[in-house]
Amino acid sequence: MATTKGAKILVECLKREGVEIAFGIPGGVNLPTFDALYDSGINVILTVHEQGAAHMADGYARATGKVGVCLATSGPGATNLTTGIATAFMDSIPVVALTGQVRTTVIGNDAFQEVDTIGVTRPITKHSFLVKDVRDIARTVREAFFIARTGRPGPVLIDLPVDTTVAEAEFLYPEEVTIRGYKPKILVDAAIDSIDQANIERAVEAIARSRRPVIYAGAGVIHGGASAELLELAHKTRIPVTTSLLGLGGFPETDPLSLGMLGMHGFEYTNYAVAACDCLIGIGARFDDRVTGKPDEFAKQATKIHIDVDPSSINKTVLVDIPIIGDVKAVLRTLNALVKPADTGAWLARIGEMRKTYPLIYRKKDKVLPQVVVQQISAATKGNAVIATGVGQHQMWAAQYYQFNHPRSLITSGGLGTMGFGLPAAIGAQFGRPGEVVWDIDGDGSFQMTAQELATAAQHHLPIKVAIMNNQFHGMVRQWQDLFYQSRYAQSRLNPVDFVKLAEANGCVGIRVERDQEVRPAIDRAMRVSDRPTVIDFLVESKEDCWPMIAPGKPHDQMLGTYESLKDAGGVPQHRRISPDEEAKLSLG
Amino acid sequence: MNEKHTISCLVENHFGVLARVAGLISARGFNIDSLTVSATEDPTVSRMTIVVDADAIKLEQVKRQLDRLIDVIGVTELSEGKFIDRELLLARVKNVGNEHVELERLVQSTPGAKIAARSPGSCVVEAIGDTNMLDQFVEQLRAYGIEKLVRTGRVALEKE
Repeated sequence: MATTKGAKILVECLKREGVEIAFGIPGGVNLPTFDALYDSGINVILTVHEQGAAHMADGYARATGKVGVCLATSGPGATNLTTGIATAFMDSIPVVALTGQVRTTVIGNDAFQEVDTIGVTRPITKHSFLVKDVRDIARTVREAFFIARTGRPGPVLIDLPVDTTVAEAEFLYPEEVTIRGYKPKILVDAAIDSIDQANIERAVEAIARSRRPVIYAGAGVIHGGASAELLELAHKTRIPVTTSLLGLGGFPETDPLSLGMLGMHGFEYTNYAVAACDCLIGIGARFDDRVTGKPDEFAKQATKIHIDVDPSSINKTVLVDIPIIGDVKAVLRTLNALVKPADTGAWLARIGEMRKTYPLIYRKKDKVLPQVVVQQISAATKGNAVIATGVGQHQMWAAQYYQFNHPRSLITSGGLGTMGFGLPAAIGAQFGRPGEVVWDIDGDGSFQMTAQELATAAQHHLPIKVAIMNNQFHGMVRQWQDLFYQSRYAQSRLNPVDFVKLAEANGCVGIRVERDQEVRPAIDRAMRVSDRPTVIDFLVESKEDCWPMIAPGKPHDQMLGTYESLKDAGGVPQHRRISPDEEAKLSLG
Repeated sequence: MNEKHTISCLVENHFGVLARVAGLISARGFNIDSLTVSATEDPTVSRMTIVVDADAIKLEQVKRQLDRLIDVIGVTELSEGKFIDRELLLARVKNVGNEHVELERLVQSTPGAKIAARSPGSCVVEAIGDTNMLDQFVEQLRAYGIEKLVRTGRVALEKE
């Protein structure tokens, strides 16, 4: 019997899963794995920190739809991955994390660099495996990828004790995967359950009866590859579409039926439309608290339809009238074959009026405004770039002022809200989509949490572009301190950092922008750099607030920083999010 | 309105499955009265019987979240009247003077109860029954002075 070393079996299985790239750092107990990867043809990217590796795998997965892979050694290597794993878990991103573990004979003895990785990651993975026998490696890898990419996707961790990877066994590859406790509704052509079929018919009736319907689409539309089906549903029924933060790009914002983003920092008119709707069709979205505000008040008058692949998403925060559990693409295809146009003429006219009455607005200041930077990036890239972000004000401005038209064009940490996500996620995205323009729109606070990964980007000559909205504050914290803590800026001020020097020290192009007229030339210059990263240090208005805003726990029709409240204070209305045709028709003075 | 519900859960007989289920219950803030794990007719499968204190909405979440775990093969709620449930109770009770005659009488008149061990100052009483019956029995035992008490939690099986 020919035998193969465990690490070789692992690598062979990764290749059969289609893995082309992995991100990670070698260490004591995962040396056999790295050694087997060394000449395997899989592109292994050394990161500076394991958190970077996890976010890169995540960014790669979000940008491509493939499974991202990251590797770390035991103990600190594994614990450094955890923020990235939790980020992927909250946003349902398919990632497989391969961690080294001390040898099986010393597990539990507090060995050097030992941590109970399975225990630590249990609540932040879709599933995890500890492989104690080399003969289990092939089946485990097969199952891990199957679990990560099917149903509601998510991260899966495989903990590999070093002795398992050096032991030898016959290589038997399981072609079929059967896990008796895991039967996701994954197949687009699979028959829809009779209960769900009946509910689809109820949904068709509810849609036909409605006069003020709204579609609320989430990341499930993007994960499920159902953007075309969503577009068909909206056009066929004439129902306008709002998306969650993670749903941006799932419906083109150039479409007249696009309402943009709803929720805490969503558009005013969009939130008013949701508050007034009589039928809400949630598709691949989970009614997150940043979307619903006060759950009891959310779309209070509406008959709620909820289409989701994960049964546990139904009735979790908001009670729905018509639940439909299934693959979003399969359900939408069935629904599209049955729906009839809804009578939405008056409703669309009313929304059009609200869109004119309550545009986005900001006041010009002496210093550069971050909103202007995002608008200029949107214009320079024509809404065709991949945009990664950190977390905070800049993330919300990116969501508001960039026009997202394509699925997988926004890469952002929605659920966990992980500051420091932007740069490594942009790196992962650029590896996945090498010919495309990738921007990281970041804040100085967020960027500094993982800024060391500039070295990784520079090493691989990635032409990513980093736009730092440098306001020398944790800006969203500062905004909340102004709103709710009497402007006591407890630890929200940041030390000024020269990001141009930091960029240059890492082998990147560094550009500083201090005036409005420098914004576009700097963006255009960054777009011309093709052999290394560019970092633009935008010294922006330090106390600009992100408006509008629903205060936590408040209903959607009680917003702060509304158009009305800002227009008399010198605000300039902004209409970026409407198609050029419609923008012309609106003819704002 | 909160009510007690009995959930029967078939799980893989792997290392770590109890930790996954227990972790889920604590992380999601579900209130449970008891959880038992036991072998089944199939050596690769264990059965968990979980008694949950929840309203209808919360119960639905408990079931769906449990079902989401890869190692959970199936989740069934046992509906009232359609299943048999049993618990085992052990109680060490003081056994002095004339009272022990009364204690013996109580134990003899209670179906499923017997004296499992005797020592000079106390005796250990065992009882098998459903939760209500054991609750009542505990109340009756209190008169004799319960020194220590342990109950297994509920196991349950559908009648057909």
